[in-house]
Amino acid sequence: MSVTTLPSRGVALRQPGWIARLLDYKPFLIVMCLAPAIGLLTVFLTYPLGLGVWLAFTDTTIGQRGIFIGLENFQYLLKDPLWWNAVFYSVFYTAIATIGKFALGFWLALLLNNHFPLKSLLRAIVLLPWIVPTVLSALAFWWIYDPQFSIISYLLVDVLHIRSTYIDFLGTPWPARFSLIAANIWRGIPFVAISLLAGLQTISPSLYEAAMLDGATAWQRFRYITLPMMMPILAIVMTFSIIFTFTDFQLVYAITRGGPVNSTHLLATLAFQRGIAGGELGEGAAIAVSMIPFLVFATLFSYFGLARRKWQQGEAND
Amino acid sequence: MNDITRRDALALGASAAALAVTGASAQTASTIKAADVPAPKLAIEKGASLRMLRPVRFVQADEDVFRANAAKFTKETGVEVKVDFVGWEDISQQTAVTSNSGAGPDIIIGFSDAPHIYIDKLVELTDVADYLGKRYGGWLPLAQKYGKRNKSDAWIGLPFGATAGPLIYRKSVLQSVGFDKVPEDHAGVVDLCRKLHKAGKPAGFALGNAKGDGNGFANWALWSHNASLLDEEGNVVINSKETIAALNWVKELYPTFIAGTSSWNDVSNNRAYSSQEISLTANGVSLYFSLKNDPATRAIAEDSEHQLLPKGQAKISPMAGLTLNAMLFKHSPYPNAAKAFLQYMLEKDQYEPWLNANSGYWSQPLAAYAEAAVWSSDPKVKIFKDTMNSTYYDGYKGPISTATGAVSADYVLIQMCAAVATGAATPEVAAAEAEQRCKRYFRRQGR
Repeated sequence: MSVTTLPSRGVALRQPGWIARLLDYKPFLIVMCLAPAIGLLTVFLTYPLGLGVWLAFTDTTIGQRGIFIGLENFQYLLKDPLWWNAVFYSVFYTAIATIGKFALGFWLALLLNNHFPLKSLLRAIVLLPWIVPTVLSALAFWWIYDPQFSIISYLLVDVLHIRSTYIDFLGTPWPARFSLIAANIWRGIPFVAISLLAGLQTISPSLYEAAMLDGATAWQRFRYITLPMMMPILAIVMTFSIIFTFTDFQLVYAITRGGPVNSTHLLATLAFQRGIAGGELGEGAAIAVSMIPFLVFATLFSYFGLARRKWQQGEAND
Repeated sequence: MNDITRRDALALGASAAALAVTGASAQTASTIKAADVPAPKLAIEKGASLRMLRPVRFVQADEDVFRANAAKFTKETGVEVKVDFVGWEDISQQTAVTSNSGAGPDIIIGFSDAPHIYIDKLVELTDVADYLGKRYGGWLPLAQKYGKRNKSDAWIGLPFGATAGPLIYRKSVLQSVGFDKVPEDHAGVVDLCRKLHKAGKPAGFALGNAKGDGNGFANWALWSHNASLLDEEGNVVINSKETIAALNWVKELYPTFIAGTSSWNDVSNNRAYSSQEISLTANGVSLYFSLKNDPATRAIAEDSEHQLLPKGQAKISPMAGLTLNAMLFKHSPYPNAAKAFLQYMLEKDQYEPWLNANSGYWSQPLAAYAEAAVWSSDPKVKIFKDTMNSTYYDGYKGPISTATGAVSADYVLIQMCAAVATGAATPEVAAAEAEQRCKRYFRRQGR
C-alpha cells in the first residue's frame, strides 16, 4: 500500500508500458481469455452444426453441390413411412431402454452401496460393459443373436433341449427391436449404476440413523430419504442417458443395419443410411435435424420435471 | 459378391507365395493374342509422378504383382508411381473427397459406376481404350457398359476386372435329392429348394441389408423375370407386372430357406455354408477359396460346384459383376503419364501375370485374356471367366448414374423382396413403395 502514498511525480515516472496497460484493461482481457474457447467451439461445434442445419435445407448429394430447396426435405420426410417408423422406434427404444437401465441401474447402485468384501474390485468390474468400445460389444451381441450360431439358441436347443428350433432374434421386427433394446440396456446399466452410486454416497448416514430410530422400514427409508435426496442426480443422469440412447447409432448399425426391412432404424442410423450410403446428404441432414426437437423436449422434461423441488420434497404445488 | 472379410484375405495370404509362383510360370508361356495396332502417342510430361488409389487385394499376390508392374513402369519411363491400397468401404468416400476438392490422387480405381458419378471431373480415356480394345479382341459387354459414357463411345473409365456371385452348391446334397445341378427355370428352383429343405440342408440367400449378396439375389429375382429398375430411357419401371411375378416367386421360395435370412448380411451365407448349415447359396469365389485353403473345410470345397445364376425367363444368366473401374482426374498435372500408366498396366506383359496372380477373383475386361492360364488351373473357378460377358449391370437397363448406385446402397430392392418374403407387405404394396423410393433417388436425373 506504500505505493499509493508516493508523490504524484513517482507515479508519472512509473507509468507502465502500453502492453501492461492493455493487459490491465478488463474488456480486452475478457476477449483474450475467451477467444480460444470460443474459437474452438465455433470451428468444431457451431460450424459443423450450422452446416448440418444448412444442408438440411438443400438437395446436396455426395459429389454434387446442392441448391437451397427450403422445407422440401422435411415435407418429404413427413410423407415417408420409413421416417415415421424411425421416429416411432427411436422413441420406443429410448423409453424402454431408459426405464430398463434406470430400474436395473438403480438396483445395482443400491446393492453396490452396501459393505461387502472386494467392494472396489466389484465396482470396477461393473463398469466393464461401459468401457468396452460399443462396436466390440455390438459384435458380441451380433453373434449372440445370430440366426445360426447363437449361443442362446445353442444352449436352449442342443444342451437343455427346451426348444426344438433356433431362435430367430433379428429376422422379424419385434424380436429384433427388443433384442437391440436388451443390448442397449446391458451397455447402459454401468453408467447409471456408477453415477447413482456416487449420488448415494453423498447422502448422510445420519438421516438413515434418525429414520431407523423413528422405526422406519427399509422401504420407507428408500421412499422418503434415498429417492428425494437422489432426485437432482437422477435428473442429470437421466438427461444424459436419454440423449445417449436417442442418438444411439453403433449398436443398431453393427447388429441389424436397420433391418429386417427397416424395422429397427433409429433416426441416427436412418440419417446415416440416407445421407452417406444413399448419398443424399441433404435428406440425411434433414433427418438428423429432425432429432433436435425430440432431444430438446426430452431434456427439458427430465431436467425441469425431475429437478423440481416440490417433487423432491413431496409437497403439493402451490 | 464383395463379401470378402479380412479374415478371408488373411487366410488366403498364406497361400500367396504359391500363387505368385504360378503367376510367374504363366508369364513365361503366354498364350494371349495381341493384334499389332499402333499405340496412341502419349507424350509423357517432364518430371511427371503419379499417385493412385485402388481397393485392397483379395490375395497377397495381387498386391505384389501390381506393385511390381508399377515399379517396372517407373524403371522404363522414369515416372514415379505411388500406389495406395484402400479398404473397400472407404474408396467411394475418398473418391468423393478427391473429386470435390480437386486435389489428391491422379488415378483412382473405384467400383463399377464411379466414373459415371464423377463424370465431370474425369479425363476421357477413349484413345487408350480404343487401342486396347483393338489390340486384345475387344472390350467385353460389362466393361463397355461401365467404361463408356451413356449412349456414347467416349470412355470415362478403364475397367480392370470384375467379380460376380454365382450359385455355389453341395454336389452330394443335390444328388441326394435327385438333382445334378440347379434347374434353369423358376419352378424347378422352388422344387429343388423345397426338397433341400425337407432333407434338412436348406438353401439360404441373403435378404438382409447385404450390399453384395442381397442385391445379387434381388437382381437375380427381378432380371430372371424380365423385370428391371429402369427402362432404356432411365424411367423408373420397377412397379411392373414382371416385378410382381418376381416377388410372388420370392414369396414362394422364402419358406424353403434356412431361418433368419432376413437378417443376413454379406458374411452370413459364407458362415452358414462353411458350417454345412446350408447346401445352396450365391456368393463370390472367395467362399470357395476360403473353404479350399482351410484343411478343416477342404472336403466341403471338393464337394462344391459353381453354377451361373439360373436364367428363368432371361436369355442369359442375369448376373452383374462388381467391376474395378479406373478413373483419371482432370486435376492431374500429368494426364499423359497417367494414361500411359493405365495402358501399360493393361498390356499383356503386365496384365496377364496380374490376372493369374488373382487366381480367379477378378476376371478380364478384354476378350483376349480369356486364354490366360488362370482359367485352366481349377475347373471350379473357370465359371468366373465370363463374368464380364454379362449384359446385366447395376441399374439395368437404364443409364448408369449416381442414383443407380444409391438405390443399391440403400438396399431398396432387397427390402422390397424381403418385405414380401417375410409377409410384411403384399407384392403390390412392396413394389409401389420401392417405386416411390426409387423415384426419390432419380428425381434429379435428366435435369
